[in-house]
Amino acid sequence: MSIPADLKYTPSHEWVRVEADGTLTVGITHHAQDLLGDMVFIENPAAGRSLAKGEECAVVESVKAASDVYAPVAGEVIAANADVESSPEAINKDAYSAWMFKLKPANAADVAELMDAAAYQKLVESEAH
Amino acid sequence: MERKRASLKFLVTVMSNQAASTPAALKHTPLNATHRELSAKMVDFGGWDMPVNYGSQIEEHHAVRTGCGLFDVSHMLPLDIRGANVRPFLRRLVANNVDKLQVSGKALYSCMLNEAGGVIDDLIIYFMDESWFRLVVNAGTAEKDLAWMEKMNAEWGMGLTLTPRRDLAMIAIQGPAATPALNNALPGVDSITAHLKPFNAAAMGEMFIARTGYTGEDGYEVMVLAKSAPFFWKALMEAGGKPIGLGARDTLRLEAGMNLYGQDMDETASPLESGLAWTVDMKTARDFVGRAALEKSEITKQLVGLLLLDKGVLRGHQKVLTKHGEGEITSGTFSPTMQQSIALARIPLGIAPGEEVEVEIRDKKLKAKVVKYPFVRNGKILIS
Repeated sequence: MSIPADLKYTPSHEWVRVEADGTLTVGITHHAQDLLGDMVFIENPAAGRSLAKGEECAVVESVKAASDVYAPVAGEVIAANADVESSPEAINKDAYSAWMFKLKPANAADVAELMDAAAYQKLVESEAH
Repeated sequence: MERKRASLKFLVTVMSNQAASTPAALKHTPLNATHRELSAKMVDFGGWDMPVNYGSQIEEHHAVRTGCGLFDVSHMLPLDIRGANVRPFLRRLVANNVDKLQVSGKALYSCMLNEAGGVIDDLIIYFMDESWFRLVVNAGTAEKDLAWMEKMNAEWGMGLTLTPRRDLAMIAIQGPAATPALNNALPGVDSITAHLKPFNAAAMGEMFIARTGYTGEDGYEVMVLAKSAPFFWKALMEAGGKPIGLGARDTLRLEAGMNLYGQDMDETASPLESGLAWTVDMKTARDFVGRAALEKSEITKQLVGLLLLDKGVLRGHQKVLTKHGEGEITSGTFSPTMQQSIALARIPLGIAPGEEVEVEIRDKKLKAKVVKYPFVRNGKILIS
């Protein structure tokens, strides 16, 4: 599957969409879900929680393993996706539409430090060889 | 202590490395190329390059419960023991009593213990005739087992020949549709499958057909010469068998309440605290390795089933809090059949089925119910 060009990425395999109002929508990448396998449990951060950049803030569990999801930038959680919590397999079906939570970034400029699609593609390839 | 969770980055890195290349150091079964042709996700499983899944692990799980699944279990080691003294040797070597095996082909599940009563391995013993027993031991313990058995063979002056059968491949065919699939894949085998009872085996030339398994379903474990394995596998697929990876193998065996060596018991655990008392035969005066230690030991723990009542997933090494003290989950997963999380846990004695305990998951204490396992057998949920 191709890596959407309009999204930003982290080295820890989260994707980030910058919305028109400057808020961020966060999920995990197709590559991450592919390696983790069938998702069975998602734990999102509560709305209102303040996150530091890189803070462990969510958990995704597949049949195989549990793993942490990190805050891509510092900010406040403004929404968590209850649909993906009740249907974790949505992440396997389409990782880029099954978002996990939304953030209001503490500094809008921090978003510029995230990877673009080309850089993330390179990372995925380097990890595969 | 709760085991530290891996980050996505770590998991992805490890799994990518496993999936992408086949280091020469990894051992291959005779079906390795077959798995790759089927686009299996390959992982390093105790030094073996093995398929963890071929697509969705959950779909593979359901395929075994409702139809027929095929597993490459060639990493496990068949071991032939031949000589005049095989029965006396095995009487002393393992905790279950091989004198239960009197009819050719009959199988026995047993632990092999060390002097301290810890479990060196769990294995299946097939009695073929008084000068030939076949054992199947775990992949990760095969070398250790063989060294131990050779040592005992010499120490006790038994004069036996132990032959590891790496020239054989082993395919498990499991599920309610296992018999028709095997019959269709192997013309003539129906004369054997029609009469083969559970936990019995029959040899047909170099082919060895056992009605055994690790899924809680009816099925077979068939050993064939390594060179015949890819052709046999394809014939089984044409007969309706679906390839199943090690991922689903683990969820299936856990639902079936079957112990996994290295998780639910090991050299530091007593079989009597691992849910395996039914396999330790102390009814007669038979002297076997580990018996003296077991007789002196004080039993304070039990292996029980857990059903998670809150949302989440139970995993190995999570701490269990009971009114009689702490315990630990030995194996945990999400049960695809029950659609909730289940586990085996070693907890203090005195906690009965139906009672609630707490499990520490991350920063939370979640409610779980103690249950009698197995959880699932022959496609049916046994826990309410």
